[in-house]
Amino acid sequence: MTPLLDDAQHFVRDPDWTWYILGYFFFAGLSGGSYFLASFMRLFGKKVDEPAARLGYYVAFVALLPCPVLLTLDLGQPLRFYHMLFEFKWWSPMSLGAWALTVFGAMATVSFVEVLARDGKLGFMRWVARLLDGFLGKLWALVGALFGLFIAGYTGVLLSVSNQPVWSDTWALGGLFLASGLSGSAALMGWLVRFRHNAEPTAPAIGLSERWFQVLELALIAAFAFTLFQVGAFERAFGYPWVLLWVVVLVGLVGGLAFRSARPSPDGTLAAARVHTATLTLTLVLLGILALRAAVIFSAQS
Amino acid sequence: MIEITPGRAYGFFTDTSVCIGCKACEVACKQWNLLDGNAPVFGDGYDNTGSLDAQNWRHVQFIDNVPDTATTIGNGKAWLMMSDVCKHCTHASCLEVCPTGSIIRTEFDTVYIQPDVCNGCRDCIAACPYGVIEMNKHTGVAQKCTLCYDRLQGGMEPACAKACPTQSIQFGPIDELRQKASQRVDALHSQGVPEARLYGADDSVYGGLNAFFLLMDEPEKYNLPNAANAVLPSRNNRLGYLASAVTAVLAMIGGLIALRRRREPRGDDSAS
Repeated sequence: MTPLLDDAQHFVRDPDWTWYILGYFFFAGLSGGSYFLASFMRLFGKKVDEPAARLGYYVAFVALLPCPVLLTLDLGQPLRFYHMLFEFKWWSPMSLGAWALTVFGAMATVSFVEVLARDGKLGFMRWVARLLDGFLGKLWALVGALFGLFIAGYTGVLLSVSNQPVWSDTWALGGLFLASGLSGSAALMGWLVRFRHNAEPTAPAIGLSERWFQVLELALIAAFAFTLFQVGAFERAFGYPWVLLWVVVLVGLVGGLAFRSARPSPDGTLAAARVHTATLTLTLVLLGILALRAAVIFSAQS
Repeated sequence: MIEITPGRAYGFFTDTSVCIGCKACEVACKQWNLLDGNAPVFGDGYDNTGSLDAQNWRHVQFIDNVPDTATTIGNGKAWLMMSDVCKHCTHASCLEVCPTGSIIRTEFDTVYIQPDVCNGCRDCIAACPYGVIEMNKHTGVAQKCTLCYDRLQGGMEPACAKACPTQSIQFGPIDELRQKASQRVDALHSQGVPEARLYGADDSVYGGLNAFFLLMDEPEKYNLPNAANAVLPSRNNRLGYLASAVTAVLAMIGGLIALRRRREPRGDDSAS
């Protein structure tokens, strides 16, 4: 067999990015993706989509909470976490990400407070909701959606902007992590809307989006594999034992694509069996998203 | 004695053709920089240091180079020896990605990690193409050769160069070292050693290395990327973000279609 002429040489050391980083990548994908979906519903949806949008903002905030904790714990000097904001280097994804996470964190928190106020849970903060009515609210949603997309996807670019095998041998990771974060967010929101009756009209749109994001994810996994094959790094990312994680990824994707969410009966109740099936599907999808990131992170450092 | 002037570029020229593997450089480095070192590794060679890391800022590589075929007397090369070190690249990958500004270029044109600024994010470790940097598990910060920054500030040459008994490690102004290196390669070629070559003396590898080498074989033999593979992490920014942006646009199109088609009947209602 003719050796590949473009085999990439790597003489690097592993950065030892492991469980904390895996956790951060997972929650950042869900938080950014949920914020984007919520803002998207507000910007392009109808009035009937507002309850689902609020749900998205809740998810974005809750998923965001572990992110700074995980990132800080991963540092060799955790108390120096704020040194990340000493510099702004647009060409360094970690620097850009630290700034983006700060801005996104503030926006997600404000949106969380706003939807709490709109839902009547935080009456004294009604002024925030009033402030975000009209044009300012649309602008807020637009800017926040862009930051959400960035947070969900930049983690893949961060890996690529290195000299590590696998990570630096492909251009697909940013898009792949984004598509996967969006599909996980849509799956989570699709599962949650069944517990919020007035959000149910948006369920079909969320279900369709989820499947579309999963198709994108599948295409990007294929692109990822192809780019690695070109430089002779395919075996490293897809060989044993990582192939087992890729099986989990595929099971999650197939489960998400095959399962159609259940609609409540007119009195708002759901058959328990359908809830169980939906919960199982969501678990498979989320496990797939976790497995995808684990396969990418750990295989390069093995 | 070399006069060391801030504002001038200094570095190492490591001539591997005269390295005898004595490891005096490793010892001198550890002594001056108060590095504890690791427990020795006993493998099937003479290298019991292992690799460059947080405790080994100089590492003498012993590369088994026993030829597969018989050779004539005097032409055998059982070992390639090289005292490896941080290359203090002109275009340094570690400096490029460092998000805290901890990694700086000093007044001597060397690359230095400020230990009081580094927060141990390890992005530089993922970026360094030579596997030079490692996090010190006790201090929680990234560490590598400082090119004896403190000694340079005091007008002294780095400890490893001072200790090297064969002049394999030479310290000085980069322009002078490059001249010396060029003459040395010419001399070796004229003595019938055509495989001698310089690595990092010109700008083909990371814009030039402030610690460059005379090698006796291909760079890959010494675990050094060749010129084609000596690439900066930022090369992947453009395509990485472009792929994300295209994915985002496609996701938005899909989202819009989904919002428009919300009223389609759902499969499970009829199927299940």
